Amino acid sequence: MITWANFGSQLFNGLALGALLALIASGLTIIYGTLGVLNLAHGAMFMLGGYAGYMTYQASGSFVAAVAAGTLALGVLGIAMERVVIRYFYARPHEDQLLVTFGLAIVFVEAVRWYFSSDSKTVQAPAALQGITNMGFMFYPTYRLAVVGICAVALLALFVVLYRTRLGMIVRAGIEDSVMVDSLGINVDRVFMVVFGIGAMAAGFAGIINAPIVSLAPEVGEQILVQTFVVVVIGGVGSFPGAVLGGLIAGEIISLTSMVNPGYAYVMLFAAMTLVLMLRPRGLLGKLGRE
Amino acid sequence: MPHEGSFMPRRRFIGAGLGVAGSLTLPGFVSRALAADHPPLGTWPAGIQGKEAFIGVAVPRTGTYAEQGEDELKGWQLAVEHINGGNDLIRQISPKTKKGVLGKQLKLVVADSAAKPNDAVQAEQRFITENHVILMTGSTSSAVAVAMNKLAQREKVLYVTGISGSNDTTGKDCVRYGFRQNFYGETAANAIGPVLLKAYGKNKKMAFMTPDYTYGHTVTKSTSEYLKEHGGWQMVTNQVSPLGATDYSSYLTNIANSGAEVLLNVNWGRDAVLSTQQAKQFGVIPKMKLVIPYQIPFLAKNIGAELSEGVYASTDFWWTLEDKYPLAKMFVEAFRKKYGYNPEWGAENAYMSFAMWADAVEHAGGFYPPDVIKSYEEGRKLQSMVGEVYFRKEDHQLVRPVIIVRGKAPKAMRNKEDFWEVTEVVPGAPLMQKPDEFGCKLGEYT
Repeated sequence: MITWANFGSQLFNGLALGALLALIASGLTIIYGTLGVLNLAHGAMFMLGGYAGYMTYQASGSFVAAVAAGTLALGVLGIAMERVVIRYFYARPHEDQLLVTFGLAIVFVEAVRWYFSSDSKTVQAPAALQGITNMGFMFYPTYRLAVVGICAVALLALFVVLYRTRLGMIVRAGIEDSVMVDSLGINVDRVFMVVFGIGAMAAGFAGIINAPIVSLAPEVGEQILVQTFVVVVIGGVGSFPGAVLGGLIAGEIISLTSMVNPGYAYVMLFAAMTLVLMLRPRGLLGKLGRE
Repeated sequence: MPHEGSFMPRRRFIGAGLGVAGSLTLPGFVSRALAADHPPLGTWPAGIQGKEAFIGVAVPRTGTYAEQGEDELKGWQLAVEHINGGNDLIRQISPKTKKGVLGKQLKLVVADSAAKPNDAVQAEQRFITENHVILMTGSTSSAVAVAMNKLAQREKVLYVTGISGSNDTTGKDCVRYGFRQNFYGETAANAIGPVLLKAYGKNKKMAFMTPDYTYGHTVTKSTSEYLKEHGGWQMVTNQVSPLGATDYSSYLTNIANSGAEVLLNVNWGRDAVLSTQQAKQFGVIPKMKLVIPYQIPFLAKNIGAELSEGVYASTDFWWTLEDKYPLAKMFVEAFRKKYGYNPEWGAENAYMSFAMWADAVEHAGGFYPPDVIKSYEEGRKLQSMVGEVYFRKEDHQLVRPVIIVRGKAPKAMRNKEDFWEVTEVVPGAPLMQKPDEFGCKLGEYT
């Protein structure tokens, strides 16, 4: 169905999809860039954020409380993970890091399945954001519109932390050369812990924000993890602006391909990733020499 | 020679000893004599040597179809309990059943298939090797059913499908060793088609949401073709999505811009729940009339009666049929007592497929797979929860009615599970394609 009306609608929908992908991918890319650990548990942490929010929502009935709880719970969990497990793997080969984070992902998913069962759980959007907004050229769910704004604000907050604070400066320096940062007398160990916590919070926040759109199930993180990786690869591993750009590109590819033939939406997404890897292996905004 | 009289002559002693040994092992001799008529085939006779025989179940307990899978599993468990105990309901369907099947007590071995063909085939292969299962079941995805069909034919172990809606299961991918109880794309389309034309009129614009595998494609094809040929309906868009998709925004954007008047959602399991909920968020429903060509257990419970109100769906079974059919009443009561809710059609399909297998074995008088298959193929009239049914010998498809239901308004519901009103029970035979129309070639017995 290629018409101008549909094109405009899909363009906008791609933006909405992309904003969410950008938010999840930014957490993944910051962790990888700073710590050098490819966190395969990121999808599971996204899912856990949703469930932590769901429990709070059940208890309080407040969506705002649910978002706060989902974010904070994952911040705490992230720090705990880093202290108890992840930090022992910084010096070990990448394969070990992949295996341990993959293992953690399985533990998280199965624990949630054991406690909550496989049935999906619904988190209602706040009453004010339910319903449909007439945008002139299309009708769009009000909550999804709000999510675009929420993601933009969250990404902006991350930007401020990374580019306008001392911590952010250290993190960015750590991404470039963590050995040098260490030798300058900065406690890299503590910085790593905080970075993992921030990355986990971003995942948890995205998980609960996403919950009213797709409802929760233990597997919800698996699919998103794959898409997130694609976003990170397209944008450039370790690059925060790259995650944002990659997210938006991925969202638009999925949406605009769907307009022509929905069956090819994901094919095109992976084709784009392949193309980027061939022509610019470091990603669109990645820097040479970074792993 | 005083010793001679007190000793049994050696030859007589040996003879007597053999006699005792012989009488002890007589059952063994008999079964071996019978077995000698056929060389071993599949898990026969290894699977029926003990007092117990195993049935392998590969059912989704995780993933998109998990909720429906659990309901099916309960149906199989209840059937096994009833068969082993010689319950009245089973004996209405399989009159020769006493306790167990030909005296064997049945046991289930269960694996999670996650609705993935590979997982299901691997699990069943393990059950064949380790447990010598004499029957396999499970699917809840026609992709799995088709893969299981092929495994059954290769391993020569019978397979009765769980939920499988694709035309291919008893069409181009049919096998001699596979049998299907439930309704499917073609019968669903031919049953619900006239209802839709009557309710919504001719020359409508329709949009489809189709999961990207054999079930989705065949149901969409059968349904859209019926509506086009008989009512002049025009398909303006068909949104194909991968199994397990969670975000339907780009598909729904296309549908919102398509000008369709009726939305036929072929998605299934959690996919159906999410896509329907999101269709409402996008304002596609109630702007377009929603139709569910192939019913999903627990759909109404998950989306809420406000969304399912007025929606037409075709299905295999709905629990209020207990008011119409005595066997349905017995089943629903037994199920509700054991599990605390009214069975969905997945459980009904599961229960019936085991009951009819028990009947086929009892009539064959043995477990030798070709004999059991021939027993099925006799096409005996069987009592079911939706009246009299029989298997079609050419494609191993049960000829059975299709049930049309319509979503009740929330205030019309008599209890919290009273989501659907049965509007029609459409006789099965006229709904079916000719046996060879979908390219079914059953294959060999041995």
